[in-house]
Amino acid sequence: MSVWARIAGWAALIFGLLYFFVPLGGLFEFSLRARRGVYSFDAYARVLADPQFQATFTYSVVMALVTIAIGILIVVPTAFWVRLKMPWARPYVEFLTLLPLVIPAIVIVFGYIRLYNTSSWLPLTGSTLGTNILLAFGYTILALPYMYRAVDTGLRTIDVATLTEAAQSLGAGWATILGRIILPNVIAAVLSGAFLTFAIVIGEFTLAALLDRPAFGPYLQRIGANKAYEPFALSVIAFAITWGCLALIQLVSRFQKTAPAKA
Amino acid sequence: MTFLSLSHIQKSFGQVQVVSDFNMEIEKGEFVSFLGPSGCGKTTVLRMIAGFETPSGGTITVAGKDQSGLKPNQRNIGMVFQAYALFPNMNVFDNVAFGLKVAGRSKPEIEARVKEMLGLIKLEHLAERFPYQLSGGQQQRVALARALAPKPQVLLLDEPLSALDAKIRVSLREEIRMIQQQLGITTVFVTHDQEEALSISDRIVVMNAGAADQIGAPAEIYNRPATRFVASFVGTLNLIEAKVIDPVANRISIGDQGVTLREPLGPVKAGDTVSLALRPEAGSIAEGAKGDTALAGEVVSSNFLGSVVRTRMRVGASVISFDMFNSPGLRPPAVGETVTLRFTASDLLIIRD
Repeated sequence: MSVWARIAGWAALIFGLLYFFVPLGGLFEFSLRARRGVYSFDAYARVLADPQFQATFTYSVVMALVTIAIGILIVVPTAFWVRLKMPWARPYVEFLTLLPLVIPAIVIVFGYIRLYNTSSWLPLTGSTLGTNILLAFGYTILALPYMYRAVDTGLRTIDVATLTEAAQSLGAGWATILGRIILPNVIAAVLSGAFLTFAIVIGEFTLAALLDRPAFGPYLQRIGANKAYEPFALSVIAFAITWGCLALIQLVSRFQKTAPAKA
Repeated sequence: MTFLSLSHIQKSFGQVQVVSDFNMEIEKGEFVSFLGPSGCGKTTVLRMIAGFETPSGGTITVAGKDQSGLKPNQRNIGMVFQAYALFPNMNVFDNVAFGLKVAGRSKPEIEARVKEMLGLIKLEHLAERFPYQLSGGQQQRVALARALAPKPQVLLLDEPLSALDAKIRVSLREEIRMIQQQLGITTVFVTHDQEEALSISDRIVVMNAGAADQIGAPAEIYNRPATRFVASFVGTLNLIEAKVIDPVANRISIGDQGVTLREPLGPVKAGDTVSLALRPEAGSIAEGAKGDTALAGEVVSSNFLGSVVRTRMRVGASVISFDMFNSPGLRPPAVGETVTLRFTASDLLIIRD
């Protein structure tokens, strides 16, 4: 590699890092200016002490956990079955799981409202529980591309067919195979998908706002419209949560008790 | 008494018939090997016994019970796979205990049985290890213990030694045979390695194009191959084209040399061509070698193979190989030299297609 190519490479890297970190640095710096003349964490203290913050954040965390549970229950058996019995269907399933990336959340939520409103055959929006269920399923759809890919990649690292047959020959039924063989062997991949789902749900605005649920995303928007420093502190907190999730993905992938996947 | 019976088994995948009219009766405690090249249908038959494939026709019974309609997990048939298939998330103990836990056995019973099985494969000291911490041979022994732990009616071994290196293969196949005899479990072993099949089986099924070409004891398969395929697949064999001179007197000619066969020639007429088979170890060129039949030929090549020297000689249009045991004083014949190979006429087998 020539000297100029090396310099160009470093220049591109430095530009990229500045492009990414300078606004973040600015954001963080501004979030510390709540007290006149000195840097302080006053904005963070006010945000964290706000009962609204606690309520909306707790609500979103609970919704994220429910979404993860639904995602695992839907995606793991589906990806397992497609790999085991219907490999021909894989491209179609992949296409389906990619749809939430191209269909805007607002279209999905309007579809839900139209389908499940109080005058429909399944009036989910007519009750708090029903709307919460609808929101959890909506989140599951939004997280589907990430969850499916993570699980499918995990399944690729194990010999699904032979492990299944080995378990069957030892008397195991489908529930035992999924719960005690397949899931524990793709747990790192499932957790990766789970953390991505968590990050998506915590910051999601459209579904929660249009279904009128007290989630963290709409709270972020509301604070942003009315306060000066708190929205910036909240943004930094949201970034920290996302990065924390990414760090956890890296961490759990090291827990797998298997040899490195073969090519 | 027949324990495992395969009656008129057929299997097709779409238009392709993989197994056609396969019949076999296996005694309790017998060790039977399915031997054949890739794609001959041996693994498909094994998978039908296990319940992983549904036969297109025919019935499989174990201890008199029809297996059709039973799922793989309802058959109580243990299986060992080529790829080991140990559960990566479980240690050796839990792998072996899996079948017992699924069957709902009590904890003390599980512990005792797992200990017994690990003792059988001599790996008690590795009970806490995970599969990725074991060698291939150790993994396959654990897989064997796991399959045997729930006391299956039948044990199926699907090329269990194929992924191992040569030395481990020999020791493990002897261990498998020893354990099988110790437990007296009915076992079906699939392999494409003739040496493996010949060395550990009570009976061998040589499979070709989805059907059994010959079923017999190893010595019978080796010494009296029933078809051209069996003759060519099992062991090294000279296939010699001969011309019938006198069908009544069983007289044939190889090149211009006459030979009288012991085996009746059957419905052929003078001038017909017949195929004969002769094992390389059946004849000798040594001075004073025994044998009622002799063929003279010119040496084409001589190869040192370690324990034997294999020499090829031309007799008419055929090239015949024969082996001489290696010894310090052995002088292999030179290329171009004329030698006389002596053997017993009964060693010349007529190959019927």
